[in-house]
Amino acid sequence: MNPFLEVENLTYTYPDGRPALRGIGLKILPGERVALVGPNGAGKSTLLLALAGILRAEGRILVDGTLLTPASLPRLRARIGLVFQLPDDQLFSPTVYEDVAFAPLYQDLPPGEVHARVEEALAGVGMQAFAGRMPHHLSMGEKKRVAIATVLAMRPAMLLLDEPSAGLDPRGRRELISLLNGLPQTLLIATHDLDLAGRLCPRMVILDGGQIVADGESRALLADADLLAAHGLV
Amino acid sequence: MDESFPPLTVGGRGLYGLDGRVKVPLTLGLILTAALLPNRPGGAYLLLISALWAAALVSGVPLTRLIRRGWLAGPFGLAALPLLFTTPGTPLLTLPVGEGLTLTAAGLMRFTAVLLKAWISLQAAALLTLTTSIPAILLALRALKVPRLLLMVIALMSRYLFVFGETARQLLQAREARSSQPDPHRRTGGSLGWRARVTGGMAGSLLIRSFERAERVYAAMLARGYDGEVRALPQPDLSPDAYRILGGGAFFFLLVIAFGWLTTGGGR
Amino acid sequence: MLYSPQPMHIPDGFLSLPVALALWVVSIGLIGIAIRRLEHTLSEREIPLMGILAAAIFAGQMLNFSVTGGTSGHLLGAALATILLGPYPAMLVMTAVVSVQALLFQDGGLVVMGANLFNMAIVGVWVAYAVFSLIRRLTGETRAGLLAGGFAAAWSSIFVAALACALELALSGTSPANLAVPAMGGIHALIGIGEGLITVGALAFIYAARRDLLTPAGRSQAVNRPVWLGGGLIALVLVVFSPLASSHPDGLEWVAEQLQFIETARPPAFEIIPDYLVPGISNEALATILAGVIGLVVVSLAAMSAGLARRRTRPQG
Repeated sequence: MNPFLEVENLTYTYPDGRPALRGIGLKILPGERVALVGPNGAGKSTLLLALAGILRAEGRILVDGTLLTPASLPRLRARIGLVFQLPDDQLFSPTVYEDVAFAPLYQDLPPGEVHARVEEALAGVGMQAFAGRMPHHLSMGEKKRVAIATVLAMRPAMLLLDEPSAGLDPRGRRELISLLNGLPQTLLIATHDLDLAGRLCPRMVILDGGQIVADGESRALLADADLLAAHGLV
Repeated sequence: MDESFPPLTVGGRGLYGLDGRVKVPLTLGLILTAALLPNRPGGAYLLLISALWAAALVSGVPLTRLIRRGWLAGPFGLAALPLLFTTPGTPLLTLPVGEGLTLTAAGLMRFTAVLLKAWISLQAAALLTLTTSIPAILLALRALKVPRLLLMVIALMSRYLFVFGETARQLLQAREARSSQPDPHRRTGGSLGWRARVTGGMAGSLLIRSFERAERVYAAMLARGYDGEVRALPQPDLSPDAYRILGGGAFFFLLVIAFGWLTTGGGR
Repeated sequence: MLYSPQPMHIPDGFLSLPVALALWVVSIGLIGIAIRRLEHTLSEREIPLMGILAAAIFAGQMLNFSVTGGTSGHLLGAALATILLGPYPAMLVMTAVVSVQALLFQDGGLVVMGANLFNMAIVGVWVAYAVFSLIRRLTGETRAGLLAGGFAAAWSSIFVAALACALELALSGTSPANLAVPAMGGIHALIGIGEGLITVGALAFIYAARRDLLTPAGRSQAVNRPVWLGGGLIALVLVVFSPLASSHPDGLEWVAEQLQFIETARPPAFEIIPDYLVPGISNEALATILAGVIGLVVVSLAAMSAGLARRRTRPQG
């Protein structure tokens, strides 16, 4: 099977000169669920931003066999959806409906299709009843669901999620896990939540100091106490 | 403050169920009508305030809340105070101030009229806010042909108003907690310069946070295909009922203005 | 959210209609020019920045510090927005702030919003820009120059905007110029110090933490000299004209009369219709009582229907 996402020698340096990503190489197959774990400042968020085409990093990123370049970005954008850590950053519109409609609107879809996409995406996260609400009035768990819907409205083949369980109470977290578990998309989840990683993702990648230090079966890596301790994960 | 902004309700009692694109022009019309009334209190003012209060009652908005908001312009009343003495007319009494200030009947009328206009206008604006969600007001502004760029700025502002309001509240709380004198009358210790610098620092930190959040929001927009162009969903058409209400409102306002000028013989 | 109205925002009712409408026309025209300009020069990341900065400035207006005996210093923010973004985006930011204050918080009227936009989003911004540019030109890119320029820009934006506000009140015949100008000018000369101090504190904080925000390469919007001078000119005209107007109230009265001729010309149009043509309301006192009775009936009916509706919904809910 051809990988859906292929990353070769990805390198990125912060504007102040600190290295953020150092020669990342990664292949993710269609339908795979991969957890991306590592201590704070390991470069997880930077990697997600680079994969979504928001940060321009050196190296090669292939999405479904197509090289990610400024020219191909508008076409590839809808294939990969990025869900940000803080839903308040992602939900910037007056209402839930308008927020979910944002991506289809910028995909130049006709109004009827935009509406259909919004309905579908909200139904996908069980938030149809909240279409007219203001994001400000939602609970953290509801905001996270809507944030996922804003991305699902593009009908992406892959989702990149940055700390999806951060700030959730136990029930919200449980609901989120079952929601993510039901999604058909390929997933790459950056998280500190090893329990969530273990439950959702058969495969785990450990990032530290901008480099991949381990890539393997979640169960095996989670059982390796020395490895986890060495990278500040326990 | 939160409770003032109901979520976008579909349907609802009275004004709550009315389209924002009807309520905003009607509110503007009512305030314009108040501005057009002659500068002496009379029956027209009573008609206007009755219509406003009736609309509030039918919608289930307590009048006390409206009236309380109506006094917001109170301090500004000072600016109209000279009207009492500068308007020529029948002298009522002379105050022993300086060369003597003469209060005139016409002055009292004009002063009362200005306050009444402010009071009615404030209640009308308050009724709009109490019964209309922010998104509905934004839609109404769009229907009123506010430029899209400005509208997007206003929409983003109203979205993050509460987020930054919460931050500001936390900053103030932190200042109270650190301040040496937890006395409600002297809220913060230190010299004036120090207090100003601390407050300025809080404002600076709010602004830096706004730059940082703007970067992240921009990234979130980019990730969903934003290209710098401002786009918006098409709006549903107004119902025939909405047009009828708009027409009825306009007719009523004209009636009130005519009543005002006919009954006061020009008002001057 | 703690929010206190500020003395700069004119409520509805305090300006005459000709003055309010004229300033709407002026404000729409000038803000329209700013928008058209921004549509060409704005980088796409500045749109979210303007909206979110407007929210931060609005929240910043909640911050206050006690000055003395019950009075407190607080922020309007026109100068800060201008220094951080440049004059055209600042105009839009302040337009958003003033509109939201009027629409959602009843701080400042709606029919008189044109005047409030003129004072805060146009006069406030351009005076701040002119003063800040002038001082920076004299001091160069130093920290002291930034802070001095910030203080002067903030103080003068408040002071000159207050003068504009006073003149509008005088032109409307609400308060005479010889009272409004010294009163508004005097109060805001003090309020301006608070604005200046907070602005300096904010700039010092930003200078220490994120200096890059104060000298961004991307937003060095070329403002051509005539526009730059325009801001200075507004300030100069208002500063020179206000004392003149207040020491010669007759002069301003004359302007006001010229402006109000529409209003003064109105009564005769109605005098053509004799009072007795409107049956039942020929007597003013009678008409007022009639209106009162109609009003009372309408409000009572509304109250009764509201009560009925509540009773009807209670069993279900």
